[in-house]
Amino acid sequence: MNHAKKAASFIANEARTDWHDQALWFVREKRDRAAHAIPEWEALRELASQIKAHTLSNLDIYLEQFEKQALKNGAHVHWAIDAEEHNHIVHRILQKHQVRHVVKSKSMLTEECHLNPFLEQQGIEVIDTDLGERIIQLREEPPSHIVLPAIHLKKEDVGALFHEKLNSEKGATDPKYLTEAARQHLRSKFLNAQAAITGVNFAVAETGSLVVCTNEGNADMGVHLAPVQIHCMGLEKIIPRQADLGVFTRLLARSATGQPITVYTSHHQQAKVGGEMYIVIVDNGRSEHLGRADFRNALKCIRCGACMNTCPVYRRSGGHSYGSTIPGPIGSILAPGLDLEQNSDLPFASTLCGSCSDVCPVKIDIHEQLYRWRQVIAQEGHLTRVKKWSMATAGKVLASPGPYDFTGKMARTALNLLPRFALYNGLNEWGKERELPQVPKERFREWYKRVRGVGNE
Amino acid sequence: MSRDKILTAIRKNKPEAQAPPELPDFRRADVDLEKIFREMVVAMGGKFLQLTEKQPIETLIAEHFPNEINIASAMPGLPGSINLTKIRYPAQLEGVGLAILPAQFGVAENGAVWLTETDCGHRALPFIAQHLVVVLKKENLVQNMHEAYQRIRLDGMGFGAFIAGPSKTADIEQSLVIGAQGARSLTVMLY
Amino acid sequence: MKIALFIPCYVDQFYPQTGIATLELLEKLGCRVEYPMAQTCCGQPLANAGCEEDALPVYQHFTEVFGGYDYIVAPSGSCTYHVRHHYGVIEQTETVRRIRERTLDLTEFLLDVLKINQLGASFPHRVGLHQGCHGLRGLRLGKGSERTGEDFSKIKTLLQMVEGLELMDLDRPDECCGFGGTFAINEAAVSVKMGKDRISDHLRHSVEVVTGGDMSCLMHLEGIIRRQGHPLKVMHLAEILNSTL
Repeated sequence: MNHAKKAASFIANEARTDWHDQALWFVREKRDRAAHAIPEWEALRELASQIKAHTLSNLDIYLEQFEKQALKNGAHVHWAIDAEEHNHIVHRILQKHQVRHVVKSKSMLTEECHLNPFLEQQGIEVIDTDLGERIIQLREEPPSHIVLPAIHLKKEDVGALFHEKLNSEKGATDPKYLTEAARQHLRSKFLNAQAAITGVNFAVAETGSLVVCTNEGNADMGVHLAPVQIHCMGLEKIIPRQADLGVFTRLLARSATGQPITVYTSHHQQAKVGGEMYIVIVDNGRSEHLGRADFRNALKCIRCGACMNTCPVYRRSGGHSYGSTIPGPIGSILAPGLDLEQNSDLPFASTLCGSCSDVCPVKIDIHEQLYRWRQVIAQEGHLTRVKKWSMATAGKVLASPGPYDFTGKMARTALNLLPRFALYNGLNEWGKERELPQVPKERFREWYKRVRGVGNE
Repeated sequence: MSRDKILTAIRKNKPEAQAPPELPDFRRADVDLEKIFREMVVAMGGKFLQLTEKQPIETLIAEHFPNEINIASAMPGLPGSINLTKIRYPAQLEGVGLAILPAQFGVAENGAVWLTETDCGHRALPFIAQHLVVVLKKENLVQNMHEAYQRIRLDGMGFGAFIAGPSKTADIEQSLVIGAQGARSLTVMLY
Repeated sequence: MKIALFIPCYVDQFYPQTGIATLELLEKLGCRVEYPMAQTCCGQPLANAGCEEDALPVYQHFTEVFGGYDYIVAPSGSCTYHVRHHYGVIEQTETVRRIRERTLDLTEFLLDVLKINQLGASFPHRVGLHQGCHGLRGLRLGKGSERTGEDFSKIKTLLQMVEGLELMDLDRPDECCGFGGTFAINEAAVSVKMGKDRISDHLRHSVEVVTGGDMSCLMHLEGIIRRQGHPLKVMHLAEILNSTL
């Protein structure tokens, strides 16, 4: 299995795995402190979940209302059915304004659509301006986390990278120094940019607003300096009313990083004087996902990343082990909807511990969906044949006490009789780093029969 | 057309209509707004200063930014060294060392202040300035974000933002660094 | 009150002492308990692996075996959770509904049905609690660290009734051990790493005995403990509650 293999190679460096686990656990703890400081926290989660449920059940109406408001505000609205159309729309806008230099703030949607490579092929320079995103862009790798894109890297890695690409001092590892180097580098890019692209946290149907949240201020630096602003949003970003923002802005940053609010929460309604504002609404599988009753709740996601920070598997396997644009628990329930076969390992990259569902600010039943995707994957024939066969056999055995008794005895006898090398060879994944349970003299039912004198089998 | 295809698919696939919830505003009685606001401004990495008759803005600016010469002010009656009416392109603001801006109100639960395009003169100003001072009246404090959005009217407004603290990042090994792409410091002055 | 004892398959096979302790404890508390010999398994191992379809006959068998009882008590939060939560896929007859309501984890049965407030047990050791995820977050036997609100833990309440027992605090009070059924095999590297990290937490806090409501988690932890030779023992909660000086 793909995730398991990549996870194993991540864990091979145990010290680094520990560091990664600790760094993310630290964020989880900050989230806990922030959440526990709000007495109405659980009520807010419930409200957010209900607002999203209401929105999804009226999504067409709210999208149309949003479009109407945005047009009234003077923005241009485009609709893209898939990633390809999204990329072409953005490209056409850039061509129209003869744009060669673009700055872009964080947007998981444009990652999903692979916008950067597409625009670069057209000869357009795209600079990611979030520090973490800029780091991984310079390294030519995908983000490993949706909020902390470079969390898999250490300051030494960043120092070496910046020395090579930004001409910073050799051997420098001080995050302050490195951030300042990036600031200077990005300032020149902001001043030079002809267009700015942003992602969208919330799109308000009532007012046509696009709400964009950052801590660095990079989205605002981009949007307010460049004449052309383009906001790319998945169609599930819609919320009905301005008042709903009160609920979501209280939940988002606390869940993401443990801050009471992001440093910048910007509300874009109209283009600046002399500028143009474009909105691209993207489907790319979302409307289809809406039809999957068991899984549609995943569209409530506000991309806070809390499920990643809390996931004991994610923390120990790294975001890249998932091989999907969005890693971690939420990614593992979204990706199968996009390509079931390709992502059939992801719903199994979980112990179903349920922590993800309990931190989720919009109460997505993530671990339940992981369980249900497993059933779909088996039904569609994506389990390996051996596994499926052994499970079917186990089902028959466990459905009646006779064969259950017999196979149990067989397995236990084998455990006792087989030499150690037969039990702990390379094929036995359990035994590589764990002892098998010691086999007792008699199993419980034998004891019960012997001591209690019952034996009506 | 993609628009129609998307909307048709949504109409086909959307679940049964679910009513929206009532939104309470979770306001509490007996809250010391000023105290909480002050604490949260500092917690977000900002500086909090109280304006008094003896300590007016001019005095505090001179005291806290003694060497600053490139000052842009959108405060009525407080001219800066940069004439904002002469700015044609936002990039011309690159040299601003300090921006002094009026905020409409502040939010106690998170130390954020609400700034609008109209108040700032230029959208880019609060972000491109190296340092930012925001001035607001102590009567204009609200408890939380629910109350905050009751005071705002986004419809018809070009641009508005909540700002809480200076620009920051923790993208390198989760260590907090102040002064990423936006203002390196935020000072909130309350009067 | 007709009480049936449900002993999960791996407890039956590998940890009879847990089954025995559960039975003895319930009897000590005045319950008459039957162990239906026809029982096998709740079907969770199959369903968690994606093979719910193959598990359906197992669910049917479970409901046939346990249909006639007032309560079905199991020393496992995980199996109990599975019956209560995932048996919704079979026809919801009166019997099935009743079984889903009346299948209880041992801790729930002791506190919510028997409402015990003392035990007469004694276990003078430093104990670390491993909270099984399905018991904690599935059955809500306690408040997980993710959730806000007042703290409670049914297992801790019971452990506090045991004389001499010193319950040690952990750095991460309710992180998953990494067992996860077939996950332990399919994702062996992550599974073992998670287990090692849990064990280190207990060792850092001078724990002598790791306990919990699910022997499956403890089996996984024990496998690592024995391989690495740590001075730690694992014991199911029932064994501690049933112990006397």
